[in-house]
Amino acid sequence: MFSELALYLSFPFVRYALIVSILIALCSSLLGVILVLRRFSHLGDGLSHVAFGAMAAASIFGLKNDMLVVLPITMITAVILLKGGKKGLIKGDAALAMLSTAALAFGYLLMNVFPSSGNISGDVCTTLFGSTSILTLKKSDVILCSVLSALVLLVYVLFYKKIFAITFDEDFAKATGVDTEKYNLLIAMIIAVVVVLAMNLVGSLLISALLVFPVLSAMRLFNSFRAVSIVSALISVFCAISGIIISILASTPVGSTIVAVNCLIFILCTLFGRKR
Amino acid sequence: MVQIEAKDLSLGYEKQVVVKDLNFTVSEKDYLCIIGENGSGKTTLVKTLLSLNEPLKGTISFSGGLKRNEIGYLPQQSNVQRDFPATVEEIVMSGFAGKGGKFFYDASQKKKALENMERMKVKDLSSSSFSQLSGGQQQRVLLARALCASQKVLLLDEPVSGLDPQASASMYELIRQLNKEGMTIIMITHDIEDVIDDASHILQIGRSNRFTDIDTFKKERKG
Repeated sequence: MFSELALYLSFPFVRYALIVSILIALCSSLLGVILVLRRFSHLGDGLSHVAFGAMAAASIFGLKNDMLVVLPITMITAVILLKGGKKGLIKGDAALAMLSTAALAFGYLLMNVFPSSGNISGDVCTTLFGSTSILTLKKSDVILCSVLSALVLLVYVLFYKKIFAITFDEDFAKATGVDTEKYNLLIAMIIAVVVVLAMNLVGSLLISALLVFPVLSAMRLFNSFRAVSIVSALISVFCAISGIIISILASTPVGSTIVAVNCLIFILCTLFGRKR
Repeated sequence: MVQIEAKDLSLGYEKQVVVKDLNFTVSEKDYLCIIGENGSGKTTLVKTLLSLNEPLKGTISFSGGLKRNEIGYLPQQSNVQRDFPATVEEIVMSGFAGKGGKFFYDASQKKKALENMERMKVKDLSSSSFSQLSGGQQQRVLLARALCASQKVLLLDEPVSGLDPQASASMYELIRQLNKEGMTIIMITHDIEDVIDDASHILQIGRSNRFTDIDTFKKERKG
C-alpha cells in the first residue's frame, strides 16, 4: 500500500493536488469559523452556486475554469449579499436561496444551450462534485492558489483581533470604533476567494461542508476562539490529506471522500468531546 | 463638565418617528437612568448614542474630552451570543479592538484588561469558557469589556434583566462603585425603584419626554 502511495506521490499532479488541498483546507476552515459563528453558514453554499453559474457562462466563451472571470463575479455577489444582509432589498436567507438556485439553473441552462464539449453531464458533475479537477491542476493553478491562500491566511492573522471583535459582537465593535464596514467587505472578498478555490477541490455542492465541519468539530473540543481557529485548521488539513490519499488508493471521488472524512471526524469529536 | 448633549433629537427608522424632540445633557459623573415603555424608543436611543444609527433630526454632540466611539457599552443580554467559543480573557480584551495597536494587543492593554477583570471580580475566571458562566458572571465579563473600551462613560442596556435578585444586587453595587470612582453612567432600566437612590438624573421617553434631576423626579412622583 505504501509503495503504491509512493508511486502516486512521484507524479507531479498528485503533489500539486496535495499542496493545493492543504492550502484550501486551511483557508476554508478559518473562514468557516467566522461564517459559522456569525450564522452565515449558507453563504458559502450560495456563493458556490453563483460561481458555478459564472463558470458556465465563462465556458461559453471558451474560458472554462477561468478564475479571472469567476472570481470577480463571486466577489461582487459576496459583497452585495453581506452588505444587503441587514437592509437589503430581500432579507437574508430568502435572497440567498433565490440567488443560488437561479445561478445554478442558469448555469446548467447555459451549459446545455451552448455545449462546450460532448459530455455535458460529465462537465456538470465535475463542477458540482469536483470529481477529478483537483488532479488536473496545472502549475500555474498551483501558484495562483498558493498566492491567494497566503493572502487569506495573512488577512486572518493580521486582523485577528478585529475579526474576533466583529464576530463576537458587531454592534459593540462598531460602537467602539472598529470600522466594521471595511472589515465586512474584506471578509466578503476572502469568502469569495476561498469559495472559488474550494470549487476545485470539492466542487460547488460540497463547499459548505469544508467551511462548516472542521469548525463544528473543533467547537466540540475547545472553548476558546483561538483554540477553535487553530484546531479547526488542523482538522481540516488532516481531513483533506487523508481524504486525498484514501481517494487515490480506493479510487473514490476526491471531494466526497474528503467530506466523508470530515463527517467521521465530526462524529468522533461529538462522541468524545468534553462539551455536550 | 458636559460630555453629551442631545438637541431636538428625533429618532426612528425609515421615516417612522419613534421619539420626538428629545433634549438632554449628560455631565461627568452623572448617573442617568432612561425609562420608558417597551417600544418607546429606548433601544433606538442607545444605538444613536453609540453612533450605530443616525438621528432623523437634531444632533448629539460630544464634549469635555469625550469623543464619539468612546462610550463603553453593555448590550442587552439577548443580543449577546451565549454559546460563542471564547474565553473570558478573549472577550474582555476585545474591548480594545477599536483602539490603538494596529494588529495585536500590546502589553499595556493586557495589563488594563487584567485590572478591569479584577475590578469586576472575574479575574479568576479569565481562562474559563464564557458560555459556561452564569448569567451574572457573563454580565460582569461584558462590563469588564466595556471598561476596556472607555474610561469615561458607560452605557448599560438593561444590565440586570434575566438575573436573579442576588446577581442583580451585586451588579448594581459594581455600577454604583464605578460611578463613585468617576465613571459617567447611562442606564436603560425597567425598574426605577432599584436605582432611585443611585441615579442623579432621569430621562423618561415615550409619548412625552421629560428630563429631570432625581430630586425633582422624586418630588413629582409624590405629588
